[in-house]
Amino acid sequence: MSDFAEAVYEETIRDRYRHPRFKRVLEGLPYLENPSCGDRVRISISMDDEGRIADAAFDGNGCSISMSSADMMAEHLMGKTAAEARGVVELFLGVLRGELDRDALDELGDAAAFKGIARLPVRVKCAALAWRAALAALEEEGSR
Amino acid sequence: MRRAFLRGASLQANDAVAGELKDEFPIFRTHAGTEPLVYLDSAATSQKPLAVLDAMEGVYREACANVHRAIHTLGEEATRRYESARTRTATRLGAASRREVVFTRGTTESINLLARTLGEGFSSGDEIVLSEMEHHANLVPWQQLAARRGLKLRFVPVLDSGELDLAAYERLLGKKTRLVGVTATSNVLGTVNPVRSIADLAHAAGALVLVDAAQYIPRSGAKVTELGADFLAFSAHKLYGPFGIGVLWGREALLEAMPPFMGGGDMISDVTLEGFTANELPWKFEAGTPAIAEAAGLEAALDWLDSVDPDALGGYESELAARLIAAFDEIPGVRVLGRAPGRAGIVAFTVEGVHAHDLAAWLDRSGVAVRAGQHCAHPLSRRFGDGALAVSSARASFAAYSRIADADLLASLVRRAREEA
Repeated sequence: MSDFAEAVYEETIRDRYRHPRFKRVLEGLPYLENPSCGDRVRISISMDDEGRIADAAFDGNGCSISMSSADMMAEHLMGKTAAEARGVVELFLGVLRGELDRDALDELGDAAAFKGIARLPVRVKCAALAWRAALAALEEEGSR
Repeated sequence: MRRAFLRGASLQANDAVAGELKDEFPIFRTHAGTEPLVYLDSAATSQKPLAVLDAMEGVYREACANVHRAIHTLGEEATRRYESARTRTATRLGAASRREVVFTRGTTESINLLARTLGEGFSSGDEIVLSEMEHHANLVPWQQLAARRGLKLRFVPVLDSGELDLAAYERLLGKKTRLVGVTATSNVLGTVNPVRSIADLAHAAGALVLVDAAQYIPRSGAKVTELGADFLAFSAHKLYGPFGIGVLWGREALLEAMPPFMGGGDMISDVTLEGFTANELPWKFEAGTPAIAEAAGLEAALDWLDSVDPDALGGYESELAARLIAAFDEIPGVRVLGRAPGRAGIVAFTVEGVHAHDLAAWLDRSGVAVRAGQHCAHPLSRRFGDGALAVSSARASFAAYSRIADADLLASLVRRAREEA
């Protein structure tokens, strides 16, 4: 791998960015935007009859950090109840905010790739974008 | 004797001058990074020469006291240094009087001051003409004012070339136009606008003219009289001076007629429990203890900039930009935003397949600092974007310590990013 790839795209981040598995066009949903860079993301969550997330997807434009983070998040949400999903999202955001130890991300598989990001205040906003959008989407889902 | 940039000299000759001047900037020896610093973000803030740091420290070491109050030696000396900065600024700008120079926290506060004083005299239905390329600092205060006073904002479009559509501008002017607010130099496109023509047309329509000179003053020695402005705003920190101080220059009769801005100490001549009498110019706009050390830093920065010939420096920066753009044009997939002739040393660009944030983060690993994002100009980013999606671009900007090698290194790294991403 070139040092360009090595430096910015840790392998998982790079792979997720280039080949997202949970990205598709989501019409009609509002975007959450990062005003400093213009990155934007929107999240769709649908629950099954048992109250578990049957489908999670995202749509948006942005840097490798924001888009790969969105893709990993969607994967983590699948099959979870709303309460479990909120727990995972709060864990991730807690680490990014510096409230939880970075090693807590080890619980989240791929998302451990963002440990390094937690030290870079400017990029934290990129990594957190989709997860913040998910909190809003879960809220919306809960009020239905 | 320190060297100055030379008008009409070769790029290489001025590059050698930049190399000598760079030694006067401690940051290049003591910065926080691990790689040698290639600082290409001077449009966000310039680095500070030792002379500026010394002037500020001198206030704290030798004359730390409040201004305009104390009956003691330190207070007199602090006041002398603070007011000396005002006189120096007036001279630099070619102001009719030092009473025309108001110190603020920066360009943003200068424009907010104007909106909160001059602007409050506007009436429902009045119009303010701005441009699509304004920094948020020259946009949001007018949006707030328009909401308060029922005003209409109108916008001069930006052409694909990055220039203002001056034919459209003429059509926007009318009897209701009270103010035209325009940037002299775009912080994204590098376009240097024809401020004099813009001002003449505005005056013919009976409107006042505010010039946002934040990016212009560090690259030009022009006087306010040449620009034809009624008001001019800029920050010290973009012209080699400190953070936290800036200037609003205005024609004396206009400032005189405006109500005070913030209330507090220094801006009053008398206070009773029921009311106050405003101080005379310029202090009527300077409530509270001002940024005294920063004022001394501003004076030192103006001295420093004048000593290197700001017009010749601006020319050198433009040549660096032209060299960088020529190199970018050789790289497929690199797009430069705006192609205005005579542009300043500010180059925003996108690289196909590489998000600006990723690019900036990667460049940083090689010690190269650029800005990435929308550069506090969301409407302009949308104008150069794709449909509703704003363009997120990287931006390189030059200053007195910028070298040919800096531009060449950036171009070669961008080529690698493009090829390897």
